[in-house]
Amino acid sequence: MFAVLRDLIRYNTEFTIGLVMVGIVAIFAGLSFFSPVDPTQIYLAIPDQPPSAQYWFGTNSRGQDLFWQLSAAFRNSLIFGITVAVLSRIISIAVGLTAGYLGGWVDRVLMFINDIFVAVPIFPILVLFYFVLRNHMDSFTMALIMACFGWPFDARLIRSVALGLKHREFTRHAVFAGMSTRKVLLEEHLPYVMPIVFSTFMNNMLWSIGMEVTLAVLGFTNINNPTIGTVLYWANSHSAMVVGVWWWVVIPVILIVITFLGLFLLAVSMNEYIDPRSRLRRMGA
Amino acid sequence: MQGYLWFAAKRFIQLLAVIFFGVSAMFVVTYLSPIDPVEQVLGRLSARSNLSPEAIAATRLALTEMFGTNQPVLTQYFNFWTRLLRGDLGASLMAFPTPAMELVLRALPWTLGLLLSSTAITFVVGNLAGGLAGYFQNSRLLKAFGIFAMGLQPIPYYIVAFIILIVFGYLWPVLPISGGFAMDVRPGWTLPFILSVLQHSLLPALSLVLVGLGGWFIGMRALVSNIVTEDYVTYAELAGVRRDTIVGGYVIRNALVPQVTALAMVIGGVFSGTVITEQVFNYPGMGSLLVDAVNAGDYSTVLAVCTISIAAVALAIFIVDLLHPLLDPRVRAE
Amino acid sequence: MADNILEVEALKAYYQMSYFGVNREVRAVDGITMGIKRREVYGIAGESSSGKTSFIKVLAAAIRPPLRVISGTATYDFGGAKTDVTIATPAEIDAIRWRHLSYIMQGSMSTLNPVRRIGRIFEDFAARPLGLSGSAFRQRVVEHLGHLKLPPSVLNAYPHELSGGMRQRVTIGLATVCKPDFIIADEPTTALDVVVQKDVLSLIKNLQTEMGSSIVFVTHDMSVHANIADRIGIIYAGRLVEEAPTRTLFTAPKHPYSAHLVASLPRIGDTTQRPALEGRPPSLAAPPAGCRFHPRCPLAIDKCKTEAPPLVSVGTDHRSACWRANDVEPLVPGHHHAGVAA
Repeated sequence: MFAVLRDLIRYNTEFTIGLVMVGIVAIFAGLSFFSPVDPTQIYLAIPDQPPSAQYWFGTNSRGQDLFWQLSAAFRNSLIFGITVAVLSRIISIAVGLTAGYLGGWVDRVLMFINDIFVAVPIFPILVLFYFVLRNHMDSFTMALIMACFGWPFDARLIRSVALGLKHREFTRHAVFAGMSTRKVLLEEHLPYVMPIVFSTFMNNMLWSIGMEVTLAVLGFTNINNPTIGTVLYWANSHSAMVVGVWWWVVIPVILIVITFLGLFLLAVSMNEYIDPRSRLRRMGA
Repeated sequence: MQGYLWFAAKRFIQLLAVIFFGVSAMFVVTYLSPIDPVEQVLGRLSARSNLSPEAIAATRLALTEMFGTNQPVLTQYFNFWTRLLRGDLGASLMAFPTPAMELVLRALPWTLGLLLSSTAITFVVGNLAGGLAGYFQNSRLLKAFGIFAMGLQPIPYYIVAFIILIVFGYLWPVLPISGGFAMDVRPGWTLPFILSVLQHSLLPALSLVLVGLGGWFIGMRALVSNIVTEDYVTYAELAGVRRDTIVGGYVIRNALVPQVTALAMVIGGVFSGTVITEQVFNYPGMGSLLVDAVNAGDYSTVLAVCTISIAAVALAIFIVDLLHPLLDPRVRAE
Repeated sequence: MADNILEVEALKAYYQMSYFGVNREVRAVDGITMGIKRREVYGIAGESSSGKTSFIKVLAAAIRPPLRVISGTATYDFGGAKTDVTIATPAEIDAIRWRHLSYIMQGSMSTLNPVRRIGRIFEDFAARPLGLSGSAFRQRVVEHLGHLKLPPSVLNAYPHELSGGMRQRVTIGLATVCKPDFIIADEPTTALDVVVQKDVLSLIKNLQTEMGSSIVFVTHDMSVHANIADRIGIIYAGRLVEEAPTRTLFTAPKHPYSAHLVASLPRIGDTTQRPALEGRPPSLAAPPAGCRFHPRCPLAIDKCKTEAPPLVSVGTDHRSACWRANDVEPLVPGHHHAGVAA
């Protein structure tokens, strides 16, 4: 694992850049644990101050220090993304491995359900959830709903790998040795799909954080909980660009671009690492 | 031919299953709601004094039938479906007493137009550039295009739309940033109207295209760089087959098969992007309607938008799926 | 020598690549000199990874990085101007492709574009070199398919609708429809079952006789060589180690490696145990010094470990690269290869 990481950093510039970008954002978000101010409180500072030595990122029209506000927002959004990714990975591993290993009608039924989930547009459903739940829609509920919709692509991917593993020698050995299906899947097959799980983890985070931004900007989440999306929501509702508080919009947008590009570069370079053909091409073979 | 019909029939069943599942999910969501929609809506309605009692009574009937908590779950579910199949989800609260369905059907062409045209542009440009980049791996121009497209691809639709809005709204105001057509043009099949619609659709479409390009580019480039090592490509090159025939008829043509399958899978996601983009550019489609309806507490319209979007996306996927065997003779034979 | 259609002179072609910053050089073709006559079927034999595939890549003018020609020439003489494929421009190569120089590819499963009808593939490959189009072209193709015992209806079929044998005949049809002077056939029968193999072999032989083409026929299967080749060249670790007319090579090989290849053929009625060749083929990235066969050679002496033997004449039309060529004995009693299975 360490050797893989070292090789990736040495020979894959995308991976290194992605790692640095995500690292910067993660440290920035981690600072929120030492925040001297409560990010949910308003009018703690003089509103509309441009970036200065005292307020590095300025303050917004609600009297919040944007540095600490954004730090908390990125922490919450990253935690949200990780929650969705972990939950949906569990579903996709379970479905993918089971469908690939058991095959037959189990596979057909699971893939039929899988294709349904792919085809249902999640955005209207999420809006409907907000519409009926209103203020009961907290970020964990949202993470749960999104996890329910975030697994099908990756389940299919895992299934295709599991299909190949099924006929390999070691699987047969395990079966003859009397291992239960659950044990075969967890102990023999799971390690083989872990690289895919890692690379899709990043993609899934991109997707869920992006969706959260979309919903929050429209005001369809709990707007009092600081996240990447709600920061932009408040900026919009105070017409930050129009009244000239540009740092309220520009700084979060720059940070968002860094986060998303970083996660994306990690996903792409890990994907490439998984596919040996493209890895060889990179090495000039 | 028989094989194709069988294939189409299977896809059709899938289409029905998707709609059935989506609508059922909607029902469950509304059923779980802690808020009683009937009282909520009627409360809002009766606050307005200028409405006819008949219209309010009809709405009460529709809402009670759909969400009436005094009936068993299965009856409610059945009524919900009956209402849907009749296309009658009651009157819209925002534009009372216009039926919610009518509002949705009015907005649908705008969204479909935006969604289909931007998807088509994205698919063609992204795949063409990605295909060429995979074949001519040393081209600087294509590499630069790749970095550009891949850099934009992970950014959420909203952010890209918002940046474009700032650029074209404040920094360089040359294109309209709001609405579906100019105020002074009368809707109809006239040239000024069509031109105005096209002009207004440019920025929303641009932001959808910019986000979408990268995915197709990366996918196609990866596919092509694998296909160029296939024997049939090597063989055609050894035979001195024309370069454009090899790139078009051998490499890209074969890579297109999995890409069309992928097209069916991303339509749902692009739809979400369209909704948010519409909102940013104040475009008169389903997205804007949905947001307005949510803010107005308009239950019927929200449900109508959700139903129609699930059905429309499922139908679009169905149509793309039907194309797949036409591209791949091996599927046809099965 | 004037009658040679192809003249290869001291050809060296290496794979040069860098893995994770470490440069690697694989000497796939390391100094081959040979010639191929008009109307001749020349068999090239050797184990996998002996460099024979790289050699014919050069002959087929399919030299792509990481494969590079280091030195030497490979010159075709098709009557007009001579073409050295190691230095020819893409336009010069295009001018000889298919009209004069064609290629039958290994494996029949994946050589045909799966989403194109056979008729379209024929158009792609042969319409330009033949200078025909429309019905004249189609007529010519249908006529040619007749020689290959293929019905005209295959033109409307997709590759997956044909059997393996039919696909390989289509591939041969593609390679021969322009009546080329020189055909490179790379393991054209390997993927086929034995009955179809025999069929395809006689088809190639008949076409060759009729068109008067030269063929370079590459396969590791000596029994196929016995049936089709006029002359055979044996390649070991990037070098030509022996070259002789087929009958001579089978009855009186002058290199221990060829003697071993010949001996490994099954013969009807022969039940003697054959000694297996010890060791594995050498790595082309770090070949052994001296004669490259010496670590596995039963006749090896000290000289073999330090000095590489040159390819010298050891009889009429017979060349061998062995210091002890005269001590090589056929490993199997009986001097006839008539019983060789095809």
